[in-house]
Amino acid sequence: MAIRSTEIRPILASLRKHRIPALLIVLEIALACAVLCNAVFMISQRVSDIQLPSAIDQQGLVTVSLRGTDDKLVGSDIPRNLAALRGIAGVQQAAVTTSLPLSHNNWGWSFGVSPDSAVANRKNINVSLYFLGEGGGKALGLHVLQGRFFNADEFAGSKFDTAALPETHVVVMTRTAASRFWPGQSALGKTIYSKPFYYTVVGVVDDVLRPNVYTQNTSKSYDAIYFPMSAAGSKGAFSYYILRGAPKDRDRIMREAEQKLAELNPGAVAKGKIYMDIRNDYFADMRSMAWMLVLVCAVMLAVTAFGIVGLTSFWVGQRRRQIGIRRAVGATRGQILGYFRTENFLLSTAGVLIGMLLAFGINLYLMQHYEMSRMPWYYLPAGAVTLWLLGQLAVLGPALRAASVPPVEATRSV
Amino acid sequence: MFGYYLELALRSLKRNKVLTTLMVLALALGIGATITTLTVLRLLSGDPLPQKSARLFYPQVDPNSKQGYVEGQTKPDALMTYPDAMNLLRAHRGTHQAAMALTQAKILPKKANANPFFSDAVMTTADFFAMFDTPFKYGSGWTAADDDNRAQLVVIAGFLNDKLFGGANSVGRTIHIDDHDYRIVGVLKKWAPQPRFYAVDLGGRSYGDGDAVFLPLHTARSMKMRPQDTECYAAVPDILNLETAPCEWLGVWVELDSAAAVARYKAFLDGYAKQQVALGRFHRTDTSLLNLMGWLRQEQVVPDDVRLQAGLAFGFLLICVVNTVGLLLAKCLRRSREIGVRRALGATRREIFTQFMVEAGIVGLAGGVLGLLFAELGLFGIRHQPAEYASLAHLDLSMFAFTFVVALVASLVAGILPAWRASVLAPAPQLKAA
Repeated sequence: MAIRSTEIRPILASLRKHRIPALLIVLEIALACAVLCNAVFMISQRVSDIQLPSAIDQQGLVTVSLRGTDDKLVGSDIPRNLAALRGIAGVQQAAVTTSLPLSHNNWGWSFGVSPDSAVANRKNINVSLYFLGEGGGKALGLHVLQGRFFNADEFAGSKFDTAALPETHVVVMTRTAASRFWPGQSALGKTIYSKPFYYTVVGVVDDVLRPNVYTQNTSKSYDAIYFPMSAAGSKGAFSYYILRGAPKDRDRIMREAEQKLAELNPGAVAKGKIYMDIRNDYFADMRSMAWMLVLVCAVMLAVTAFGIVGLTSFWVGQRRRQIGIRRAVGATRGQILGYFRTENFLLSTAGVLIGMLLAFGINLYLMQHYEMSRMPWYYLPAGAVTLWLLGQLAVLGPALRAASVPPVEATRSV
Repeated sequence: MFGYYLELALRSLKRNKVLTTLMVLALALGIGATITTLTVLRLLSGDPLPQKSARLFYPQVDPNSKQGYVEGQTKPDALMTYPDAMNLLRAHRGTHQAAMALTQAKILPKKANANPFFSDAVMTTADFFAMFDTPFKYGSGWTAADDDNRAQLVVIAGFLNDKLFGGANSVGRTIHIDDHDYRIVGVLKKWAPQPRFYAVDLGGRSYGDGDAVFLPLHTARSMKMRPQDTECYAAVPDILNLETAPCEWLGVWVELDSAAAVARYKAFLDGYAKQQVALGRFHRTDTSLLNLMGWLRQEQVVPDDVRLQAGLAFGFLLICVVNTVGLLLAKCLRRSREIGVRRALGATRREIFTQFMVEAGIVGLAGGVLGLLFAELGLFGIRHQPAEYASLAHLDLSMFAFTFVVALVASLVAGILPAWRASVLAPAPQLKAA
């Protein structure tokens, strides 16, 4: 669509005559552009949160929580339960753990890198603690990047005394946690402290999410460390049985495992869940918010388009005679079509310019009052282009009707 | 006269059905979205105990170390240690006072072959029931003496009573919790404050059903029941003995009946913190005493997303109103000639203005009715969401009425500009063009 200034001038003259309807279209496009940019930005943020990676075998993992067991008997109960679970067809690995990524079941503590770090030290780094029973690394499907995972002696030797931290001296941490404790250095062989406890890093694993994630600071969501723990020394802290199998078997494994644990532990409450459901439940609110935003955007764009159709149709209706005259003195259909499309283009341009400013302002406001980060600049032109296209699409119908006005209309009295 | 306007308006709306439908539909969508989100917002930010909330206060003190402390600017932690909670309770400075923590109670039904199940439970002290005005169906709460004697008593919720005893009066019967027998002293009627204000920072849900079991704090603790959330501020030699560990795990509420009582209590709390500093237990003197609604605001109980949704819905309604202004304007300008004729025949500007406002009002009412339908649809959708407040999302009478207020205000605001434009049209040129 080539726009010549000779075509624009009559359009501007006519818009000046219809100042209020023209302003209304500009205002509507501006508002739609502002809301659209921010809504799409919010959607993209939620989608990226929902897709946060976590380096465990999420697809094949089955969990059964077992609560209400007798803490004094766990030393013999856990090995018996695990042996029974390993007998289920399709189970490749089985182990126990205190918590799972995205389970809301957080055990947090803070550690420092100097021997005098106490728990309340402000320079300490807050991490989530996962305690794993023997075989837990394989059952979860952790990827060891450096060093090694715990050996059998370390599992057997770890226990809880009366303190909140375990009686062991080895720890495995995620890549992100390692780089937070010792930026730019290898964590292997280094020690974290929480007086009077200290733990030496024997391995670094790929990033696994914490039981709760931080949507504003996603790198904080990976500050997790792993401790070995023996069944006898766990004092009832092991609340999840985890089983790993092929994704196609997971529903059956989950049902059989829940049933088996309930039979073996009649006084306790067993509840099975495939891991993907734990993950999906965690993000359920976010997902429904994202869908609600998508819905609002779609309806809003439709309403804007209808508004443009309505006002342009009215204009076309009002100017049938003028159009007829223009056609009679030699204007082609294409020129009439071009006229209305150019007119809409000018209005849209004014609208998106105001809209982009408004979108920027709304984003600033949201950053101040809500947990919201800065919108990347490219959302603004993307929103602008969307509304330009929407405007051109909406104007097409009325403009085609205008173009089909026959020249003979000029001779008719209104 | 009004009847005549009504007739004119209906005729004009009928003349251009597509345009009218578009206007009503757009307005209805905006209203539906706004009412849906406002209903949820109102549900979540409502007052959980309207008759009592102004008299309920949440005292806070700060046992953390000096490190990072800026006097007057550092907020005390949300939870309290056991010694502090007990000191405040024993001081008896409020009309009522209670300490509480949440836990999970394993309940074993007495029927043969019944499976045990976990229920939400509150470990608390005797004043809980009188302070929060919990309605009893049978029996009552326990006494302060029962607290001290570690009596094995329990108050259960109506829904648990229905489940275990078929709704019969179960006072005096026993219930098996965590492998111990407790005697039931009271059964509550349905009691589920929204939000569940006392649970907000104790590690529980904020909305949804109420708690099932209420146990005396000292009794439950001697049976090794553990609080849902524990925050420790120093190295912990013995995590199982929470009564002496440097850990916070209790919430304390006090009832204060007058502004003077509040001022006295705040002075008492400040004095308490200073005394603890003198004793070497505390290092920080800041305290806080917020009332119930102030506390909920500070803890930001209403999810950000819900407030964002409401804001978004208002933005959407604004777009719909602008859209309606445009379409009404288009309609009324198209009828310039009709207006000219009416003016020439003696209609005043005010009459033309009223006529167009009536037309806008009809669009608004229709938009309201349809908007109500959209709102019901939206709330139906929300009830099928996984959020914990989902099942409570219903349109009540006041929101029903509010829908029409919003619809009328929106349409009349939208109608002002077109009606004014119509009323100031000079009649002569319109007639000449004919």
